[in-house]
Amino acid sequence: MSVEETTTQVAENTSEDTSNHSSNDTVRETGTGKDSRRTGSGGGGAARDDRLSPVRELSRVMMLSVLRDKSTIFFLLVFPVLFLLLFGSLFKTTGTSHIKVAQVGEVRVLDSLTEAQHKQLSSVATITRVTDEAAALAKVRKGDYDALVAQDGGTVVLRYSAADSVKGASARATLNAVLEAANLAATGRPATYTLNASQVEDGSVKPIQYLTPGLLGWAIASSAVASSSLTLVTMRRRRFLQRMQLSPTSAWELVVARTFTTLLIALTQTALFLLVATLPYFGLRLTGDWWLVIPLVMCGTLSLMSLGLLIGSVTRTEESAGGLAQLVVLPMSFLSGSFFPLDSAPEWVRAVSYAMPLRYLVTGSEAVLSRGGGVVDVLPTMGGMLAFTAVVTALTLRLFKWNDT
Amino acid sequence: MTAAIVADGVRKRYGDIQAVDGVSLRIETGEFYGILGPNGAGKTTTLELLEGVREPDEGRIELFGQSPWPRNPEVLKRIGVQFQASSFLDKLTTRETIRLFASFYRVGKRKADTMLDRVGLSEFHNVPADKLSGGQAQRLSIACGLVHDPEIVFLDEPTAGLDPHARRNLWDLLRSVNEEGHTLVLTTHYLDEAEILCDRVSVMEKGKVLRTGAPAALIREIDDMVRVSVESGLIGADAMRELLVSAGVDQAAVEDDGVTLSVATRTPGPVLSVLGDKGALRGLEVRGATLEDVFLQLTGRGYGA
Repeated sequence: MSVEETTTQVAENTSEDTSNHSSNDTVRETGTGKDSRRTGSGGGGAARDDRLSPVRELSRVMMLSVLRDKSTIFFLLVFPVLFLLLFGSLFKTTGTSHIKVAQVGEVRVLDSLTEAQHKQLSSVATITRVTDEAAALAKVRKGDYDALVAQDGGTVVLRYSAADSVKGASARATLNAVLEAANLAATGRPATYTLNASQVEDGSVKPIQYLTPGLLGWAIASSAVASSSLTLVTMRRRRFLQRMQLSPTSAWELVVARTFTTLLIALTQTALFLLVATLPYFGLRLTGDWWLVIPLVMCGTLSLMSLGLLIGSVTRTEESAGGLAQLVVLPMSFLSGSFFPLDSAPEWVRAVSYAMPLRYLVTGSEAVLSRGGGVVDVLPTMGGMLAFTAVVTALTLRLFKWNDT
Repeated sequence: MTAAIVADGVRKRYGDIQAVDGVSLRIETGEFYGILGPNGAGKTTTLELLEGVREPDEGRIELFGQSPWPRNPEVLKRIGVQFQASSFLDKLTTRETIRLFASFYRVGKRKADTMLDRVGLSEFHNVPADKLSGGQAQRLSIACGLVHDPEIVFLDEPTAGLDPHARRNLWDLLRSVNEEGHTLVLTTHYLDEAEILCDRVSVMEKGKVLRTGAPAALIREIDDMVRVSVESGLIGADAMRELLVSAGVDQAAVEDDGVTLSVATRTPGPVLSVLGDKGALRGLEVRGATLEDVFLQLTGRGYGA
């Protein structure tokens, strides 16, 4: 009988949630039948079968309040993805240093390239023949061309703008390589040494692989901190918390419900981000232990949510909670490498970043999404985030208040 | 009868305000008990202290022989609280709201739906809770407080802001709940409400209980009290007091609200002759006592003033 009861409960829950009418009817019948049996066998535990669980109801209610509010859905899911689309498109080309070079007149080293050499060169540079040198120079200044190349007797002249030093250097290095090869060929001897340079990451590294973990971290931080702090403040202001205080349900059950909801939202955000990033247009490739991003996101969400609950415990109005949440999330996102890579950041920024839970989420997911990291790379990160959660939660429990006064 | 609630010398201070100043009560099981007083008398704070929302600065409170503070789940299971409708959450329907509160007590879904029916809201189960009318919202909030079949139900001004029809409707509901054996404790600043519903009332002012008893008994105590009133402006309140003293009337409360000058007294004869002597009889009215006069006599001032 106990087995039958369990199945019935599951069936009933499902039918409630999906409002599947036909199965609902069957379940109702079973339920009534059981009730009468219960009453027959002596009353005490009647109606225990459909007892509502506070954690489940609270999670459901929090989820409904998201699903029934279009603007919340927009800010939690649509807005961060739009951000990813925007940044992803903007930075799509910066990773490959393709340069545009204007060639004025004859440049023998370039003109005498073999078919194969020409093909190799065109993978890094596009060479356009022009006649008007002054006009071409103006275009280099404006940035329409990255460099201008001409030949003056035995000297090849390269002119580039200081405005884009990367492209300038790239043009110089490319032309230098062509000249070296030509000089070497002129001596008629085979090359003694050749350099075969390639990136340490696999050949497919693209900006999207840095943008996805960064922006995902920012999106999760915004939603986890804001929604958990606002839950506490709104419920306290409405005196809903005071009403809960007068029931046998504990604050822990509220926190567990908030945790389920926040995790569900964070994982949905993660799924959406991965979906967009793996579109052929952006071309993120999920390789190796990419699935580790899921436990990483869960641990990271817990640590960020604990910050939100702390904010919700020390503020009294929605305005101050929302403000404080932004005050924490925005600087933290910048300092954690959500918007730009930390490698090029000043020393102090990197030092500060070690105190930010978001940093570990961003670098951890970067490790598994784009650096081919595995379990050993992210286990300490996850442990650290859980420890952070524990410390902040302990502080929150000391500061938690059921009511305003 | 055993006491459901005992309070002894309870005090609570907020900053400079002594909100509750030495309240002692004994509420019997099954009683319908009213805490009566104007706004700011300390009713709500008293109720919150009894419920265990707050810790008293001084004094002792026991529900079923146990202290409600600090938070005591054994006590919490046995009490129900009706809150202002504003503590409903956004975006939830009536049924979702009562099921949420039912879950706090691990009550069954069907029981929650039955309670909705009991307060006459089952046809509104799909209506968002914040779209209910004032009376419906109050009934929902009472249903949320009753869903786990508590022994004591606390109600904080349940009929505030309701129209007369909705008030009567709610009174019927509360009376039937009480008849089922639940102990009800309600705060109100409506004298008629206390007079109609409550077995006993405590009249509060400035954090103190002035008098406790059955409404009828309190009125009977002053049943020879008569209220004499005339139009305002015929004679000043101070002048009236002096005249009454010189006429030998020492037990009279004079009040002038700008419309009516009224005198509550046990000896209406001399009062009438004083008014007659001064030719101040326009709009004369003489009537018997109400709970309001009990209040007037206890505090020396008009109710709600």
